[in-house]
Amino acid sequence: MSFFLETLVGGVLAGVMYALVAIGFVLIYKASGVFNFAQGSMVLCAALTFVTLTEKGLPFWLAGLVTLAIMVTLAVAVERVVLRPLVNRSQVTLFMATLGLSYIIEGGSQFLMDARVHELDLGIADLPVALGPIQVSSFDLVAAASAGALVLGLALFFERTRVGKSLRAVADDPQAALSVGIRLPALWAAVWAVAGFVALVAGLLWGARQGVQFSLTFVVLKALPVLIIGGFTSITGAIAGGLIVGAGDALAEIYLGPLLGGSVSTWFAYGLAVAFLLVRPAGLFGERPIERV
Amino acid sequence: MTRLARTMRIVALAALLGTGTVATAPAGDAARQYFPLPTFRVGAYASSGIPVWAGTIDYLRYINEVEGGINGVKLFWDECETEWAVEKGVECYERVKGGRDGSPVPLFLPHGDPVSKALTEKSVADKIPLVTTGYGRTEAIDGRVFPYSFTVLFSFWSEASSAINYIAEQVGGKDRLKGLKIATVYHDSPYGKETQIPLDLLAKTYGFENIQIAVPHPGNDQSAQWARIRQIKPDWVFLRGWGVMTPVAIKTAAKTGFPVDHIIGGIWSGSEEDVRPAGSVGKGYRAITPFPAGQDFEILKKIKAAIVDKGLSDLKDPKSFGSVYYNSGVIEAIIAVEAIRTAQGRFGRKPIDGAQGQWGLEHLVLDEPRLKALGAEGLVQPLRLSVKDHEGGGAGKVLQWDGTQWAAVSHGWVKSDRDLLLPRIYERAAAYAREKGITPRGEETAEAIAR
Repeated sequence: MSFFLETLVGGVLAGVMYALVAIGFVLIYKASGVFNFAQGSMVLCAALTFVTLTEKGLPFWLAGLVTLAIMVTLAVAVERVVLRPLVNRSQVTLFMATLGLSYIIEGGSQFLMDARVHELDLGIADLPVALGPIQVSSFDLVAAASAGALVLGLALFFERTRVGKSLRAVADDPQAALSVGIRLPALWAAVWAVAGFVALVAGLLWGARQGVQFSLTFVVLKALPVLIIGGFTSITGAIAGGLIVGAGDALAEIYLGPLLGGSVSTWFAYGLAVAFLLVRPAGLFGERPIERV
Repeated sequence: MTRLARTMRIVALAALLGTGTVATAPAGDAARQYFPLPTFRVGAYASSGIPVWAGTIDYLRYINEVEGGINGVKLFWDECETEWAVEKGVECYERVKGGRDGSPVPLFLPHGDPVSKALTEKSVADKIPLVTTGYGRTEAIDGRVFPYSFTVLFSFWSEASSAINYIAEQVGGKDRLKGLKIATVYHDSPYGKETQIPLDLLAKTYGFENIQIAVPHPGNDQSAQWARIRQIKPDWVFLRGWGVMTPVAIKTAAKTGFPVDHIIGGIWSGSEEDVRPAGSVGKGYRAITPFPAGQDFEILKKIKAAIVDKGLSDLKDPKSFGSVYYNSGVIEAIIAVEAIRTAQGRFGRKPIDGAQGQWGLEHLVLDEPRLKALGAEGLVQPLRLSVKDHEGGGAGKVLQWDGTQWAAVSHGWVKSDRDLLLPRIYERAAAYAREKGITPRGEETAEAIAR
């Protein structure tokens, strides 16, 4: 029983890491209805910028602030150069634009900094900690706490700030929001900046776990089923989806893997996502579109 | 980095994007030997490609600058960016296979297990030898069936066998392997699965329990796999990763409490780029490799003096000089240059084509005196290739990470059980020949073709 619990808890904590990436997708989707394919590249860009600055001798906090400033600048640039000219275009057009953007950010990050693998030490031990009969990683606990703090912060941002309220209005009804004077370009820049901050947090935690390298962009592959399960429009859904995918992957790998020849986690989360699409297309917490006919 | 250097990089990139290749020599000189390089300097595996190709290019430059070429025939090369992708690798091969400026292609370094397999049949049709050092199809050791594939140095089967032999050394002999639990945590790909058959054979021979655990690509979350390890409690783990899989495995092993010094990484889990991101928990991790790290080898000292210190190196990060990947590039270039030199001994001091390159490879002898003369003693294992043996060596050194660098911890080269493995390899090659309708050639046929 303790082995089952340990696997479950380990999977749940791994799922939190995926949820961190998924939150970035949700933010942009909520504000603009665009699936931002470049979110993984933003994770790489943020982590690579941060680690390059710390390697150049900047203290941790200053490197974090400078990276955040760069991510905000990137967000504003994306809004001006890519999104603004494409206002009123179809969602597929915007999606394709983010697809192109992802290659530019990936290539540009590696070109301007470098393609080496960097070690990122956040000073958080990644060692086993006994919690009763089970062992968990101290790093995973910190990651879970970070995700919790991030969700709380974003909830406050959306509930209490003017920008947050405007975002919710745009998400609910863009035309109505525009008619009452909400400026869409400024909002898009703001939400991309927040997504950049989320990418920084995710990039730091994933970078500390696996090194800062190109493969950080692969993390988004697991964020996709997380979004489908949780719902594209809900931060709570991203967290719930992450936990389900993490736990499901771990348990399937342990209990189904030996029966099916291993590597179950390659497809398990996607299988689960397809099942959700069939049964609950909007995901667990996603908004179900209401259409009058 | 200076503004000038950055500007130069931008110009270089623009050239790369514009043409797809970067040339290093003036055109129209057929007295020079063409040597195409399918590099990968961008994309997911750029961090390994950059030092590998720097090692290769630095050695080729050394041959040109210090030795005046191979018997006076200077080398020139161009790069074709593959991003380590199969389709781009094949495209690069197609682009360069006809040679350049009248100079033929003596051999091709595919630098990727998947692309080397994709090119197996094309290389036979085009008569261009594929030299795959530390990767590639194991059955290609049998050159009677695979005339143009050269799994030189250390095949995956030899890698597995040497790792087991090293474990035997650690536990006090092969008879003590009986009853041990040895888990292989492998990248779930044809490359990762390549050691399953030899490990099964070795387990039956020596009596250890052979446990296989797959990690799906890319391997950036392995909590489930290492939970299984914690449940099984193996005595040793043989880690056959690629890319991000290795540092994540080391970190996950540490967080689940598995002793990192009881993990032996395979060839592609044994570079600085693999272990450095794991941080302090990587201390004690071991890996078996045909590419020993270090700057103390004679040839490395010569390259440093003649190329690196004179600002001629392709290496942008000086810390990578003498790294596993840099040295692998040097080793690969040494083998290629010596094969061309051997072919020149038979066909004359001129640019060599693929069929002649094949002859050179199949008659390549890098014994201790020759390695000493090259300054590669201890860096390259003694090799003797033939039609029946495209591997030649079959041994690796075990390195251990001390937190900042690798140190060799094995007593010289750890040999594989080639006598046990070769009959099975020949059986598999024969089965391949039957399946593809290939008539295996003999030693005499090979010589006749060369004539």
